[in-house]
Amino acid sequence: MNRLSWFNTVSLTLGFAFLYIPMIILIIFSFNESKLVTVWAGFSTKWYGELVQNEAFLDAAWVTIRVAVFSSTLATILGTAAAYVLVRGKRFFGRTLFSGMIYAPLVMPEVITGLSLLLLFIGIGLDRGILTIVLAHTTFSMCFVSVVVSSRLVTFDKSLEEAALDLGCSPAQAFGLVTLPIIAPAVISGWLLAFTLSLDDLVIASFTSGPSATTLPIKIFSAVRLGVSPEINALSTIMIAVVTVGVITASLVTKRAMMRQRQDEQAAGRTE
Amino acid sequence: MRRAVLIAIPYVWLLALFMVPFFIVLKISLSDTALAIPPYTPTLDFSAGWAGIKEFFSQLDLENFVWLTEDDLYWKAYLSSVKIALISTFLTLLVGYPIAYGMARAPEEWRPTLMMLVILPFWTSFLIRVYAWMGILSNEGYLNQLLLWTGIISTPLTILNTSTAVYIGIVYTYLPFMILPIYSSLERMDGSLIEAAEDLGCSRAQAFWLVTVPLSKPGIIAGCFLVMIPVIGEFVIPSLLGGSGTLMIGKVLWEEFFSNRDWPVASAVAIVLLLILVVPIVLFQRNQQKQAEADG
Repeated sequence: MNRLSWFNTVSLTLGFAFLYIPMIILIIFSFNESKLVTVWAGFSTKWYGELVQNEAFLDAAWVTIRVAVFSSTLATILGTAAAYVLVRGKRFFGRTLFSGMIYAPLVMPEVITGLSLLLLFIGIGLDRGILTIVLAHTTFSMCFVSVVVSSRLVTFDKSLEEAALDLGCSPAQAFGLVTLPIIAPAVISGWLLAFTLSLDDLVIASFTSGPSATTLPIKIFSAVRLGVSPEINALSTIMIAVVTVGVITASLVTKRAMMRQRQDEQAAGRTE
Repeated sequence: MRRAVLIAIPYVWLLALFMVPFFIVLKISLSDTALAIPPYTPTLDFSAGWAGIKEFFSQLDLENFVWLTEDDLYWKAYLSSVKIALISTFLTLLVGYPIAYGMARAPEEWRPTLMMLVILPFWTSFLIRVYAWMGILSNEGYLNQLLLWTGIISTPLTILNTSTAVYIGIVYTYLPFMILPIYSSLERMDGSLIEAAEDLGCSRAQAFWLVTVPLSKPGIIAGCFLVMIPVIGEFVIPSLLGGSGTLMIGKVLWEEFFSNRDWPVASAVAIVLLLILVVPIVLFQRNQQKQAEADG
């Protein structure tokens, strides 16, 4: 299978060009001197300077980061608990409904999730702001976390937990000392996924935010509707850079963690 | 006792923030529009006791759903969303399959890097990826500049704000969802099967169509569902790249809610959208289950 025909080479080259050229153009033109984004007028970093002085964007960025940190942390706790219950738990009342509620938000159109949560918040008289966005983001991203964590829980050896219990651990201790360290990479990638989902979300945030809290995607969306602007290009470049560094670091960390685990398992195998 | 708490917290959270809101949407879709805050009647009034509850139910009706069938806009938007989703799923498959195939045939030491390159755009903001195409496709955009400069065209093409731009945007943003499942089914394939087919007299093209494609069918099916289901309710792409001619139901719902402030009709649109999505979602679930059983 390891021969690349000319057809494979061409389709890979064109495919990755298609995926990356739009981003590269966007990045290049963020360093454009001209206000007209489509005409190159020399190298400049002035749009980054303007961005730093744009209070509205900075405020929105701060709101977005706070929402993402709170909602992804909450979602990781709830999602991990849900995954643990679904994979390890015995039968309990309403289990089918529970697993349905975990999977349904994954495919629910964002407009519907947003609309329904907004109607709930208005129904119970909760003022829309950071709190309501955090609640909304936690709800849909906990489902993603739970899927990521349960795929790890399914593959890992249950007898390790049982051994800990036999050796006198309480269930909570067994979870904290045995299970959690083993599923930690999945929990971390679940957190990262929840974090980016929250950073990225426009539709649900638009429904659930109030005038007091505008997130960055909402701000970008309303600016972008008026057309392409060099300032948005600069902002996009920063966001692309952050994500790229984050994803590469995360993958290196998980790769190292997996290698260490494999080494540990091999070492354990040898001493048996 | 601890176990009960562990179950109860996520359970109650999802009941309160997923199930209850859904029933509220259902309820409001059956209510009447009113010039009040909140802008619909009736509101459930428990203080009036049983009479209040009876009054509440007697005022619910299907008026908004009847309205959806009477006004052209809605059923045209539903049809056009489904049509756009089907066509763009097919286009994504056409673009994605050769890439996944190339990845599966690449030397083993390249594969993690290629995987990473497919996943990276998926982590990058959806909004930014759609926005990147606005600069490329506009009348004075980079694509038109390139085509004018090379002399292929003499007047700029209008692409932005048309359905073509929507298709390009969907294929671009959903491509990783198509590539990854197809790649994972191709990667598991046994290369000797192709050799066997060729030994038995198949040409390379025949071996591809008779062996490779059928074996990657699970990946193709999963990829198609993963693209089609979310595209039906898509909002960002049609509103940034599409024009007034591109009707999609996600955009209609948004405008009904934010511009027209007609909450009951917006809720009715949401309920019908969900009913449309139930069919592909159930098919997808069943297919995944069958696949899991076949693998296990």
